Amino acid sequence: MNFEFSEDQNLLREQAQRFLREQCPLEKVRAVLDDRQKSGDTEVWQAIVELGWTGVSIPEQYGGVGLGYLELCVIAEEIGRSLAPVPYASSVYLATEALLRYGSEQQKEAYLPKLASGEVIGTFAMAEGRGALNPDKLGCNCSGGKLSGEKLPVPDGDIADFAVVLAKEGGATSLFLVDLTASEVQREAVDSMDPTRSQARVSFNDAAVELLGESGQGWSQAWNLFDRAAVLFAFEQTGGAQAALDMAREYAMGRYAFGRPIASFQAIKHKLADMYIAATLARSNCYYGAWALSTDAQELPLAAATARVSATKAFNECAAENIQTHGGMGFTWEFDCHMYYRRAKALAVNLGSLSRWEDRLVTALESNITQEA
Amino acid sequence: MNFDDTPQEAKFRTEARAFLSANAHLMSETEPRKESEAELITRARAWQKLKLENGWACLNYPKEYGGRGTTPMELIIWGQEEARYDVPTRPYSIGLGMCGPTMMAYASEEHKQARLPRMITGEDIWCQLFSEPGAGSDLANLRTRCEPDGDDWIINGQKIWTSGAHYSDWGILVTRSDPSVPKHKGLTFFFLDMKSPGVEICPIKQISGDSNFNEVYFTDVRIPDSQRLGAVGDGWRVSLTTLMNERLAVGDGHGCDVLDLVALAAKLEIDGEPAMSNPAVREKIANWYCQKSGLRNTKYRVMSALSRGQTPGPENSITKVVSASMMQDMGSFGVELMDMGGILVDRDDNDFESRVFQNSFMGAPGFRIAGGTDEILRNIIAERVLGLPQDVRVDKGIPFSKVEQGAK
Repeated sequence: MNFEFSEDQNLLREQAQRFLREQCPLEKVRAVLDDRQKSGDTEVWQAIVELGWTGVSIPEQYGGVGLGYLELCVIAEEIGRSLAPVPYASSVYLATEALLRYGSEQQKEAYLPKLASGEVIGTFAMAEGRGALNPDKLGCNCSGGKLSGEKLPVPDGDIADFAVVLAKEGGATSLFLVDLTASEVQREAVDSMDPTRSQARVSFNDAAVELLGESGQGWSQAWNLFDRAAVLFAFEQTGGAQAALDMAREYAMGRYAFGRPIASFQAIKHKLADMYIAATLARSNCYYGAWALSTDAQELPLAAATARVSATKAFNECAAENIQTHGGMGFTWEFDCHMYYRRAKALAVNLGSLSRWEDRLVTALESNITQEA
Repeated sequence: MNFDDTPQEAKFRTEARAFLSANAHLMSETEPRKESEAELITRARAWQKLKLENGWACLNYPKEYGGRGTTPMELIIWGQEEARYDVPTRPYSIGLGMCGPTMMAYASEEHKQARLPRMITGEDIWCQLFSEPGAGSDLANLRTRCEPDGDDWIINGQKIWTSGAHYSDWGILVTRSDPSVPKHKGLTFFFLDMKSPGVEICPIKQISGDSNFNEVYFTDVRIPDSQRLGAVGDGWRVSLTTLMNERLAVGDGHGCDVLDLVALAAKLEIDGEPAMSNPAVREKIANWYCQKSGLRNTKYRVMSALSRGQTPGPENSITKVVSASMMQDMGSFGVELMDMGGILVDRDDNDFESRVFQNSFMGAPGFRIAGGTDEILRNIIAERVLGLPQDVRVDKGIPFSKVEQGAK
């Protein structure tokens, strides 16, 4: 049984933790929150690029570091813990992954070295406003190699250089690579519940596109990618849940009421124990997702959904109960609690809602049972 | 990351399987047994003896006490393999798991020579006499008295929740020797012959109708001083040795499994549609699956640490508190899925899928209390894992006899 990260991976975790603590303290996250003109922190992003984190999953032949998914999971957890205001998830978990899985040789050569070096930022454009997306009702349409329509919200869509876009073509859906800097693309940052990671409205007016992957397979390819990204998002969520728990613990130890630290009251002790339980279940399920992702295991859809559902619930719970533990002060803008609360919700809906992932989990479970029978 | 055994672990597992497959039948290939308790114990004795003769009993005990001094990981592997077979181990789990190590640590050489071999061969069954009506979560509040009388001690009082007392030959017992000092300081620990005059054993009928535990009354029971374990007044420390030896739980939890619920929901309908397509049903199944998977994967992390020769982190402390409530909630929901008919009990019904939910629902309240209540376990996580302060204790430093006592 070897169901833990290796010594080298734990060393990477320590380095990542130290780097983010020093280079990306919560003041930097807050600076982005307070300044609505800012779309993330470009200095932190540049430092991340220089550490090679944008090339962790990219093979050396395409200019990457060629580490692996377990290493990427380690970094994802630390990014989540720090609440780093950077387009890492969009560019690395989604755009890079889309090219690795579905790119032609030519596309890989064109994009991956630039993604690794930070020369370009990528993102994934799926949503079209409020409500669960239905592939039959997609507004974005591609015809004769030209894309029209609007995507909203596109995470990091205002700062990304290109996007992988899900759109209709003929009667089916496909994925397309689109240059967001082209003149046929209009984009604007939009307000969101978590301004520490930007969101944009992106409109396409006969924008030139390139097919990515198989024509007509856009919807299933997107969800295959989301299964992989779900593991990495789950690590971010688990890192965030742990950070919120740590913050609640520290406050409860130092805050006195009725002559005692509030951490000595069972109501608070049991609340923190429940947060620990949720975070531990999430972490253990994340490890299973990491194993499935790194080995391309057949049970990846089940492992990914399990990690995703557990981690979404854990971060939701830890972020909400961190505020509760802080009492009134936790509800002030001045305290940092709301940054976790905002990020928890942003990560929870980014890849589709909790109930969608619960449904995907059960579908994967049923399919596993059928296969075993 | 992988789930593979090391070469040494794989070799051990192969040997374990070879012994088991030559001497027992797989659980999956046997019908549920309908046997009396006496028949179960006869079968358990035979199995314990056979294991000992072949070097598979008390694996983690030192060689001098009949064991093999195996690693914790090998003990887990044996547990995993043995659990797949239709063999009875329950009557010995308390004796070998908790009483044996306590005896090894505190009994005189003479008593070790006299008692341990019979324990290990399965000739003697042991029980543990700790809880009392007024001392559950607060075990050190116990009131059973021991008073010196020449070279003996005289015991008066009552123990409760003693598993297997009625078929046990010997027991370990913690008592109060001095009520004039604070509660932890006035305890003294013994082992005794359960057939001693003055020991009266009464089964407890549980809410499920089953009887798995007993009340044990002591009326002027005489125990020789040579059967004292540890110094007079040092019984709390001895108790902690016993409790530390509670086996690392390696099972996959009690009662119904989320896959039983999937199987049930696949057979039933809600408003003319398969229950499995109902979003509320799916949401619940997803969340219980996450808990089950989270516990399983937590166990794998603990095993990985053991396999590397490291001390596991505190993660395993969540296991019982999560699985007990899950058992209650799934049992409850399984009954409700059967709708108006869910209340029906047919004891001759072999429809495992319906009985398992009813049994879980009726058994779970006990599981949430036994071996540390939900509340005590949350306190343990809060204090030992998260490092939060202990509860305020109003009886701290106060002589036991001056502490307010209430309820039975």
